[in-house]
Amino acid sequence: MTTAPTTAPVKTGPAPVPEIVAHNADPQPSGWLSWLTTTDHKRIGIMYMAAGWLFFIVGGVEALVIRLQLAQADSTLITPQTYNALFTMHGTTMVFLFLIPMIAGFANYLVPLMIGARDMAFPKLNALSFWLLVAGGVVFYGSLLYSPAECGWTCYAPLSETAYSPTNGVDAWIFLIHLTGISSFIGALNIFVTIANMRAPGMTWSRVPLFVWTMLTQSILLIIALPVIAGAVTMLLTDRQFGTHFFDPSNGGSSLLWQHLFWFFGHPEVYILVLPAFGIISEVLPVFSRKPIFGYRAIVAATLGIAVIGTLVWAHHMFTTPLPYALLVFFMLGTFLIAIPTGVKIFNWTFTLWRGSIEFTVPTLFSIGFLFTFLLGGITGIFLAVFPVDWQLHDTYFVVAHFHYTIVGGAVFGILAGLYYWFPKFSGRMLGERMGKWSFWTIMIGFWVTFLVQHSAGLSGMPRRVYEYADVGNLEIYNLISTIGSFILAVGILLTVINIVTSVRSGAKAGPDPWKGNTLEWFSTSPPPRNNFDTVPRVRSVEPMKDIRRQIERQDRRSEEAATPA
Amino acid sequence: MRTPARRLRRRLALTAAVSSAAFVSIPAAVASAGIIAPESGGGTPNAEGIRSLYLLIGILAVIVFVGVCGLLIHTLVKYRASKGGVPSQVHGNNRLEVSWTVGAALILVLISVVTFVKLGQIYEPPNSDASALPLTSKLTPAADGRQKLPPNGRVYQIDVNGLQYVWRYTYPDGDTNNLNNVFSYEEMVVPTGATVALRIFAQDVQHSWWIPQLGGKFDAVPGYANYTWFKISEPGVYRGQCAELCGRNHANMVAQVRALPPAKFQAWYDRQKAAIRNADEQAAKARNAAIKATAGP
Repeated sequence: MTTAPTTAPVKTGPAPVPEIVAHNADPQPSGWLSWLTTTDHKRIGIMYMAAGWLFFIVGGVEALVIRLQLAQADSTLITPQTYNALFTMHGTTMVFLFLIPMIAGFANYLVPLMIGARDMAFPKLNALSFWLLVAGGVVFYGSLLYSPAECGWTCYAPLSETAYSPTNGVDAWIFLIHLTGISSFIGALNIFVTIANMRAPGMTWSRVPLFVWTMLTQSILLIIALPVIAGAVTMLLTDRQFGTHFFDPSNGGSSLLWQHLFWFFGHPEVYILVLPAFGIISEVLPVFSRKPIFGYRAIVAATLGIAVIGTLVWAHHMFTTPLPYALLVFFMLGTFLIAIPTGVKIFNWTFTLWRGSIEFTVPTLFSIGFLFTFLLGGITGIFLAVFPVDWQLHDTYFVVAHFHYTIVGGAVFGILAGLYYWFPKFSGRMLGERMGKWSFWTIMIGFWVTFLVQHSAGLSGMPRRVYEYADVGNLEIYNLISTIGSFILAVGILLTVINIVTSVRSGAKAGPDPWKGNTLEWFSTSPPPRNNFDTVPRVRSVEPMKDIRRQIERQDRRSEEAATPA
Repeated sequence: MRTPARRLRRRLALTAAVSSAAFVSIPAAVASAGIIAPESGGGTPNAEGIRSLYLLIGILAVIVFVGVCGLLIHTLVKYRASKGGVPSQVHGNNRLEVSWTVGAALILVLISVVTFVKLGQIYEPPNSDASALPLTSKLTPAADGRQKLPPNGRVYQIDVNGLQYVWRYTYPDGDTNNLNNVFSYEEMVVPTGATVALRIFAQDVQHSWWIPQLGGKFDAVPGYANYTWFKISEPGVYRGQCAELCGRNHANMVAQVRALPPAKFQAWYDRQKAAIRNADEQAAKARNAAIKATAGP
């Protein structure tokens, strides 16, 4: 590249006007058509997040109906068929249509900005992944018109085979997995290539923001795990449609095979959902404690460690199946190992706050809520990892409580922290702090009321996925408490939805860098222009914006000194 | 850096001590109600083993949870933004980070050791009591080694078969003909004091055998045999239900185990056997009559 001379030679007469000749330039689409045809990573990101919110509300309403049914013992509010369809749709929606798109939305919007790129590596592929996701959602919810799947989000065979699930609901579920799977797979490739190739000058691997590190790791996990589930659901599809009997034990197939294949995907999936939230927390806490992240390298190492071990522990979901002793021990010890990098992260976050100057903004509050809630989810995970203890706890409400503590306490609280933190960047306006704090406390209280008591319900013998239960022991009280909590939680979520809707139009103007952030997205305007940056600054540390602010302060001081006569 | 770290360590030790004391003082009555620990109560060693293993891990868990929460709350209160508060610009502390990594690993080593110590009681069945020994018979261990047998190899073995939406139990009668065995649905009747070995099968979809007070659950997987055992010392009825989604009426696939003293059990068994023999004879008579009636001259 040649550098242009800084001062143009002075010429007399009219300066030559550069002329751009374009033939058949298409007019830029505007209005809704511009959203349909966009390849801008920011617009795609916003569409992902909007779709995520839509499905979050749908999945949430499904959960509320489930809780209403369980509020009383021997309830007859809904039929067993409806109940089974509801928990299948709730689980599938929350995992594949809410969390995955929401994370993809954050990643799409933020990864290019944080690494100083002008778009994703493959913008058209990026648009394709979003529209495939929409197709997945449409196909799946289309089954409402006939008969939705009733086999849970795990769709264990042979229950999901035609003999026991004769309607086409399971086929719709299979196509959802395929469509959202292809969407996530090419999305992950896109993120990986973008991070690997398009970082700002000077952004070496040790200066990559932690959210970007977690997205890189997450995309690798997706690339490893998705082909396996794609193969499994294809086998289920051919079983159902062409009589291949892969999972049919009465014809030489194996029903355990389905579990192995499903969980080989399903367990990494947990980290696929929660690692990006770890990344968000690692961005938010340093900014609001006004301190560098404590132990950057340890957090990166822990992220990679969780990913590696996370792909090797899938059969801890299968401790009660006919597994040989050696596997029971292997998967128990492997699961223990994950607790080490996870524990390391909790301590690193705590010590990021330690001796800081903590500002309790809404993003901080959700991050702190995350720490407490995820901590308990991690600890109950240790109980479940011990296979003899799991023999009691497996498939009970204890497990339901455990994974909601990790997925809601981890992924959802992380996403909400990220939403309040980056909304000013997305929209140019701040979310209301007051309403945000009300929302946070309502969500936090609602969540703990809903799910803490479910541990006890499970320990008292209540299995998952039962549409009714007899009132033995305290089961009815536990369930009533849980149902009340779920409605408190729903009010809290609703407050954030209202906050978004009102703030988009009338929130306080944010300016480019309202929080005094550390990373490059705050270098651009809010929202950033189409190609993000006019110039990309050279990155000299993991906190480039802090460096830039310091540089500006120095320059101001110098110019002040120059202005005052000695 | 040094003094706050030491102060922190002392504070951590204090929180740990307080929290463990608080945990130990929680009345055992609370624990027994299934609020914070798994069920037990039939006197079967595997359920009791799981429960005590759970409680041991629980003590460690409470210490860790209260300790970390205490540290967090302390940090949040002490280091909240205030006028003149200067955030310290540290990037990490290798010694501290290595020590909590090692600390976490040590806790897990401790849990592993406790687990393997308690595993024998949960995994390996004991011999039957002398009173129930005549009911048992000697089994040869299965080739895959997954079925655990007591030291003397003698168990009372019942086959459990899960089908939508009921459990069927087949009782041993000492011969190889399984067509005339005693069987029952939903309620399994067993002798107290005997080591009852269960072979668990499924006929259609997957189910999971689970009676909380009698130990862990074991999946009934079509095409596989799964194994568990219990040895009940208290006569009584122990209730449970299918724990793996098996279709629309999964919630109604209940099970119960009625434990009777060996003599009463034998009486129940003989009644059932007689009823089955009687039914078989009636059927044979009816069949012979039908054959005679249709037989030509």
